Amino acid sequence: MSEDSRRTADRISELLRTEGEQVQANVTPFNEGRYRRYAEMDDTEAYRSEARRIKEDAIERLPELIEQVRETVESNGGSVYLAEDAADANEYLREVARGNDAGTAVKSKSMTTEEIDVNEHLERAGVDTYETDLAEFVLQIADESPSHIAAPAIHKSRSEIADLFERHFDLDEPLRTAEELTAFASDYLEERIAEADIGLTGANFVTADTGTIALVTNEGNARKCAVTPETHVAVAGVEKLLPSLADLPPFLNLIGPAGAGQDITAYLSLLTPPVDTPAIDFDDPDAPGFGGPGDREFHLVLLDNGRTEMREDDELRETLYCVRCGACANTCANFQQVGGHAFGGETYSGGIATGWEAGVHGMDSAAEFNDLCTGCSRCVEACPVKIDIPWINTVVRDRLNRGADASTFDHLVEGLSPDDESAGLDLGKRLFGNFERLAAWGSRTAPLSNAVADSTPVRIALERVAGVDRRRDLPRFRRETFRDWFHQRDAAAPDDTERTVALYPDVYTNYVDVERGKAAVRTLEALGVDVTVPDACGSGRAPLSQGMIETATEQAKAVYESLGPVIESGRDIVVIEPSDLAMFRGEYDRLLPETAAERVAENSYEVMEYVYGLLENGADADDLAGPNADETPSEAARDGVAYHSHCQQRTLGLEAQTVAVLEAVGYDVITSDVECCGMAGSFGYKTEYYDLSVAVGADLRDQFTSPGADGRLLLASGTSCADQMNSLFERRSAHPVQIISPEVDRIADRRR
Amino acid sequence: MTTIDTFEQSLADLPAAVDRVSSDGFDEALEQCLERPAVGVSLPFRDLSLTDHPVETDPSPSALSDARTGVTPVGPAVAEYGSVVIPSGVDGAEQVSLYPDIHVGVLAASDIVDSLAEAVGELSEGIADGLTSAVFATGPSGTADMGSVVYGAHGPESVRVIVLEDR
Ligand code: SF4
Repeated sequence: MSEDSRRTADRISELLRTEGEQVQANVTPFNEGRYRRYAEMDDTEAYRSEARRIKEDAIERLPELIEQVRETVESNGGSVYLAEDAADANEYLREVARGNDAGTAVKSKSMTTEEIDVNEHLERAGVDTYETDLAEFVLQIADESPSHIAAPAIHKSRSEIADLFERHFDLDEPLRTAEELTAFASDYLEERIAEADIGLTGANFVTADTGTIALVTNEGNARKCAVTPETHVAVAGVEKLLPSLADLPPFLNLIGPAGAGQDITAYLSLLTPPVDTPAIDFDDPDAPGFGGPGDREFHLVLLDNGRTEMREDDELRETLYCVRCGACANTCANFQQVGGHAFGGETYSGGIATGWEAGVHGMDSAAEFNDLCTGCSRCVEACPVKIDIPWINTVVRDRLNRGADASTFDHLVEGLSPDDESAGLDLGKRLFGNFERLAAWGSRTAPLSNAVADSTPVRIALERVAGVDRRRDLPRFRRETFRDWFHQRDAAAPDDTERTVALYPDVYTNYVDVERGKAAVRTLEALGVDVTVPDACGSGRAPLSQGMIETATEQAKAVYESLGPVIESGRDIVVIEPSDLAMFRGEYDRLLPETAAERVAENSYEVMEYVYGLLENGADADDLAGPNADETPSEAARDGVAYHSHCQQRTLGLEAQTVAVLEAVGYDVITSDVECCGMAGSFGYKTEYYDLSVAVGADLRDQFTSPGADGRLLLASGTSCADQMNSLFERRSAHPVQIISPEVDRIADRRR
Repeated sequence: MTTIDTFEQSLADLPAAVDRVSSDGFDEALEQCLERPAVGVSLPFRDLSLTDHPVETDPSPSALSDARTGVTPVGPAVAEYGSVVIPSGVDGAEQVSLYPDIHVGVLAASDIVDSLAEAVGELSEGIADGLTSAVFATGPSGTADMGSVVYGAHGPESVRVIVLEDR
């Protein structure tokens, strides 16, 4: 393991131990709540599409909106300052403080002020600054950074907070319950608010037509900060601008559900400052009218800090649509285990943080955690503004690869895996990205290749040089590939076929998991389908997952060269590996010309989805094998199966079809509800992520070893899920198609 | 279900109560829920007023911080969420609804609309006409930051909405 990898591995192990449990306990209800609320609302999809459209339009028109909001706020009686960067914004805030002769300021939660370290700067200017959001207050006392963009102290347990308060405030009587802690903190902060000279808030949205700022909160602290002191300063990234007040509803309807599964947050403030509500002069406690009319002052600080460049960057622009709800963190299996202190950069955390950090703090900060995104895509359907978060992670990974220092590894790499990537690309990434090349070689030389790969010196070398963890079983390459088998077998096409299919031989099916390919052919033929196996190469998924976009693009083009004519001849493309289907239906849109991408997407089907369609259209389930067949690949399956769908398959909305087919042939099916198995392609093979991968897998293991699940045959649609399950369980796992295939191959024990 | 039923039901799971009364029953309803000391903002409804109640309508800062109850008019309200809008101006309704432990909002039934979008639509006219502060409040202030949900952090711990069914 390299020094860097070791540091990463140590940090992750440490956080798994110290913060993981608390993070998971806190984000799981948010995540489950979002699923529930998204399903309950009639208009979830309509709101998401509308929110997306509005953000696209707003960012497109950003310069114009900045000018417009300047005019509206100024005509309302406030000031607008467009700050180029952190230093500029902080200097302005210092000026405002000086102008107000301010000794103290109170703040409500704002990630944008975290981004530019406002507290530090104000303190240095002699302004005591207090966080009034209770979670931020805890972090301020503890001198820690947020571990989540929406719920910043999720890594802290109640007892840790109690200890912290006891120490910090030197309490005689320790506080124990959540009520006591909350009461203590809010009483303390109420005094700070009463004496403050400036109230600082962020803004969730700013509407250019009216100069209204929208604040979305559950505690009343933002309201108090905005309205109690005479001077209110709102700091917002320029991307918070929306054209009009009328644009707010879809966002206000979505943000509570997306963030924490709330129907709506307790408060949505629409302030058009300077407000008419009088300030309260606590220095004159007995004067009526809140202590006098006062003289309101309002400053809107719009922060650029890299956002203009992000806007001009075709790949990063989408980041600016983010409303910072935190859903992409809550739904992320890796985040759930380690939280934002591992899965985050200087300020932001979770899936979208890669985009934010790359944009506002630079590539070094993004590099710290970018590899923690496995591309599982579960966040895509969670995001209220439909940001393609995995793509942003891929693009940044690609840029990091290209910027890598070429001198580190090139002597080792040369000739091993010629591709279009830069010479400095990490060898592990290059190895996984070129898995197809390795698999072809492994197959040609099997079983020798497997024996060599199993030998201790080779495993040590692989771990040291390429970061492939020694504790993982490596794939066993098959001498006879799926394609060889198909072309050499003695089988006539079924008579009177109505449907013709080209079964895509993905790399794993072809070289490693040949049985599932055979089962797919037999299943389709049993249902009267004419099957061919085209000579197509890997989909590009492997290189793409390593951020090797150029290599992935080359492969996508090659795949299209093979599949284009097949589609032209009227065949449907059937795909076994869900991550490859996700390429065909998803990323190809970014890698291929539009018409090519469309044709592949429209004509490709997941194998169980295809079988489901055949059954729906009159094919007979009796032609397939079920639990009552004379022969079965697995006796365990007769008692029922436990099915873990693949993360990308679920994002494609294709879990239900597999379950329906299995049930149609008579199996009793239970399914997992974890976001990811933890393996996620090559992720779990990497030494620095091994512990995390196993920790993620533990949830799946718990579900499928619980009473009612234990003893069932394990099924997984994805290769890497199957690999993970084979290492998590004593039992074996199979692809669903293997237990409906009429001609039975016993499910091989892949554990050695 | 009528709009007002929906509104009431939306608040069912929160520490929030809804009193449905006719204008005649307003004084009694208010009397019942008023915990003293109380502060308030004068009501815009014909024939209804706080002056017969022990409610300070031009409070000093200390009266505000000491108040147990704050009474303000509210509206529009959103049936689908049980939200009420607290409009605020020189009357200081924002603080009166925020600082005391209990917020009592007085709402005309005819001001309940079905959706948040409708309410924002109504408010845009108000904002164009100079309304500078409008807060959608749904139940009391809450936080889960200390380990479990606690109401009353930085805001009221309970909320009561008196709905005037004939207005
Ligand atoms: S990227 Fe989407 S899901 Fe993630 S925080 Fe931003 S808006 Fe929420």
